[in-house]
Amino acid sequence: MGDHQQRVILAKLGLDGHDRGIKVVARILRDAGMEVIYLGLRQTTASIIAAAEEEDADAIGLSMHNAGHLTLGPKMAEALSAAGLDIPLIIGGIVPDEDVEELMNAGIAAVLGPGASAEEVVATVQDAISARDKA
Amino acid sequence: MTSSSDLATDLFKSAVKGERRSLGKLLTAIERGGDQAEIIAGLAHQVSGNTHVVGITGAPGSGKSTLTGRLLKLFSEAGDKLAVLAVDPSSPLTGGAILGDRIRMDDLAGEESFIRSMATRGHSGGLALAVPAAIQLFDAVGYEPVIIETVGVGQVEVDVAGAADTTVVVVTPGMGDAVQANKAGLLEVADIFVVNKSDRPGASDARRDLELMLDLGHVSGLEQMTGYRPPIIMANSLDGTGADEVLDAIKSHAEYLRNSGKIHIRRKERLVMEIQNRIELLVESTASGILKSELGASSITKVLDRKISPAEAAKSIVGSIISSE
Ligand code: B12
Ligand SMILES: Nc1nc2c(ncn2[C@@H]2O[C@H](COP(=O)(O)OP(=O)(O)OP(=O)(O)O)[C@@H](O)[C@H]2O)c(=O)[nH]1
Ligand SMILES: [Mg+2]
Repeated sequence: MGDHQQRVILAKLGLDGHDRGIKVVARILRDAGMEVIYLGLRQTTASIIAAAEEEDADAIGLSMHNAGHLTLGPKMAEALSAAGLDIPLIIGGIVPDEDVEELMNAGIAAVLGPGASAEEVVATVQDAISARDKA
Repeated sequence: MTSSSDLATDLFKSAVKGERRSLGKLLTAIERGGDQAEIIAGLAHQVSGNTHVVGITGAPGSGKSTLTGRLLKLFSEAGDKLAVLAVDPSSPLTGGAILGDRIRMDDLAGEESFIRSMATRGHSGGLALAVPAAIQLFDAVGYEPVIIETVGVGQVEVDVAGAADTTVVVVTPGMGDAVQANKAGLLEVADIFVVNKSDRPGASDARRDLELMLDLGHVSGLEQMTGYRPPIIMANSLDGTGADEVLDAIKSHAEYLRNSGKIHIRRKERLVMEIQNRIELLVESTASGILKSELGASSITKVLDRKISPAEAAKSIVGSIISSE
């Protein structure tokens, strides 16, 4: 798996215009040598799944700031497993600490919040991918 | 080896049946290169050669993706099942890339269409190395047409014309794009010109510049040589104005290629070019292997000692490849 070029989808789900964070994350992952497929604002679970299939993504990152993570996060995870796609899902943005466990139980691979360093962002995504590869 | 060949064959069969995920995985394998990529390219080659390939090129930010999104919508509405290959540059420093073309197409894509983003991965010329094989794969599994969006081209990056049947060159008002296009040799490769962002001031000037340059082509004999004068279409891809004319122009050009028999010439040239490229790659990788071997080390020493010239060293290395085959 060593020479495999990692491809990561980044998207904002639903109505949420905060796109500074996702742009920062796109740049961080690119500078770590990954290929970022940037879907931007107003995506749906269906559009993200279509992109994940066509792009053969190794991971999907959602950036969420609209307090919708507890409904949309698990909904995305469910949609992925219903489609039979075993792709790690990572959520970043505004997620209160007390919500993290619920998200992890719903099948989200990792959660990152404000102030996450570039190293943390990269390590989180890479760990999620290698955990999936080992499973 | 056999297992990798079985895997490729299974994926290919399921992609032919319309399984998108398999197609996604095949494209990844093609990009990765190596044995599996060759097996897949071989399978695809046997049953391809039919789809019409449209290349869309132009300066960074000229609106290639936005226009492609419009074409996606029109082709899909007409019942075509089309594929888009959108190429963006890899960072030469880290190898990473931000592939952001899709963002302008997703909303407009029909259910049947397929969009794939591809990074150049160090390849120059505005395309990725895997583009020809990816086109053949789309062709083999039934996509028609295939649209390729190049990276924003600079000076002489006109590779797309070698990969496409119809090349669309996008220029914008006000930046002397038309003059740049002329310098870059894009004028010779354009089958269709689109003056995009025609909602901006200077659009009619851009059109006039292009007309003038095409007139010069008429005088210089370029037009007689090609027997074809590219149409110039004014477009505003934000609201979709002109996209239907671009679609019609693509169809007329396809017809012109078919009726004049030029389609066969173009496609033959394309295959010859692919063989040529693959020869270069093979020779290059074998030669750099030799350079790192003992034979290479001794050649390098001789060059350093001024006993032989770099050219002589290169010749003897290539010679040793040929005699070992
Ligand atoms: C800037 C900002 C805006 C700007 C957005 C500009 C833009 N284009 O992005 C504007 C002014 C438009 C705006 C508007 C609104 N905002 Co506002 N905004 C902020 C603010 C101050 C900073 C967000 C930001 O850009 N941070 C900088 C980036 C780099 O950080 P980040 O996004 O957190 O990303 C980091 C990590 O989270 C992580 N990460 C993020 N995504 C991902 C994804 C992956 C895959 C990974 C691995 C990591 C990762 O990595 C990043 C780097 O460390 C926050 C408050 C805050 N302190 O966060 C409020 C905040 C997000 N906004 C909020 C709200 C409510 C709104 C509004 C609804 C109304 C309002 N109060 O103004 C509107 C709605 C706009 C809309 N259409 O959706 C609330 C959200 C509350 C909630 N979710 O519970 C916040 C938290 C403020 C608050 N405390 O009330 N906002
Ligand atoms: N005013 C105007 N803006 C346009 C038009 N077409 C595209 N744009 C805008 O131009 C910007 C670049 O458009 P893209 O379609 O991403 O351009 P591109 O050529 O694909 O860019 P690269 O792939 O980065 O080279 C976007 O902000 C578009 O919204 C147009 O006809 N008129
Ligand atoms: Mg583009």
